[in-house]
Amino acid sequence: MKCRKCSQKAIINMRQHRLAMCKEHFLDWVPEQVERFIHKYQMFSRQERILIAVSGGKDSLALWDILFRLGFESDGLYIGLGIDEGIHYSEKSRQLAETFAKTRNLRLLTVEMRDEYGETIPQIAERTTRGQCKPCAVCGLSKRHIMNRIARQGGYHVLATGHNLDDEVAVLFGNTLNWEVGFMARQGPVLEANHPGLVRKVKPLFRFSEREVAAYALLRGIEYIHEECPHAVGSKSIIYKEILNQMEGQRPGAKLNYYLTFLKAKDNGLFSIHAQEQINTLSTCPSCGQPTTANGDCSFCRIMIKK
Amino acid sequence: LSVILKFRKDEYEIEPGVTVRNALEMVNISPESVLPTRNGQLINDEDILEEGDVIRLVAVISGG
Repeated sequence: MKCRKCSQKAIINMRQHRLAMCKEHFLDWVPEQVERFIHKYQMFSRQERILIAVSGGKDSLALWDILFRLGFESDGLYIGLGIDEGIHYSEKSRQLAETFAKTRNLRLLTVEMRDEYGETIPQIAERTTRGQCKPCAVCGLSKRHIMNRIARQGGYHVLATGHNLDDEVAVLFGNTLNWEVGFMARQGPVLEANHPGLVRKVKPLFRFSEREVAAYALLRGIEYIHEECPHAVGSKSIIYKEILNQMEGQRPGAKLNYYLTFLKAKDNGLFSIHAQEQINTLSTCPSCGQPTTANGDCSFCRIMIKK
Repeated sequence: LSVILKFRKDEYEIEPGVTVRNALEMVNISPESVLPTRNGQLINDEDILEEGDVIRLVAVISGG
């Protein structure tokens, strides 16, 4: 199989695009496409400051690499969750994020849960009802809160995450199975800052499959953490991804089509009532100033006050 | 000599002469969930596997 652009041997075959490419052209194609999507979905401009949530994994580091190559002004934010589980997961992730930033002379901000809040994610999960079975719920809640806080404090215009197509489709699949229309109304590649205290969020890699992002990271020589988060093993999102990949194998393009037709339906107003309802129910957390659907403190502040 | 597929801690031995995609399907690994490499280099899923090939599969799915 040969590269579509130069007839050299292809190293990746993207069946959903009917496109095979050699290393050189694939590494040019990815940032070109990212730039196209940033523009198409009006994610941010070259004048805006971007904060990238960096985990040490392939997606966030690939995103940072791409935005750096494209010349966007971006800093990274690493949140130390304090997950060890015998494999020093958080410690290794932090080292990889720091090495990435240092070798490219980029600025990496870090927040260590243990230092700033006195507890790690597994410790918080252990003492709260929200995380009794698994710390993932507490982890997601804490990361969203901290990312938004740091982006606001630092005066960033936009917070970018490395969510890829598989991440997005797995969430959509879970929401569809349960008809969680409220969640579907606020899913998308651009989440507007529709309330004071909220920073705009964007997902520039949302149209790339996880496989394409991993290929990019490998080919660029990006050192990322290969181990799965020990708490994510057996998670619903991984099960959904496996099911969706089986469909993709039979019908190339199924995942992208599922997501893009969802976005089209959303643009056509399918969820607009639910989206407006959510905006109407948002108020400001008196403790941290971030938006919340609760009366009084937001979920994160309630968890941290209970200490 | 056969072809060896290595995925995490597992090893699979298959006959040469099939594509990477077919080989993965034979051992029930979704081709969408891995990247095949030979001698540290990425190869595409339509490549024909040859005698003595050792293919390391890089997992690409992460969750949370």
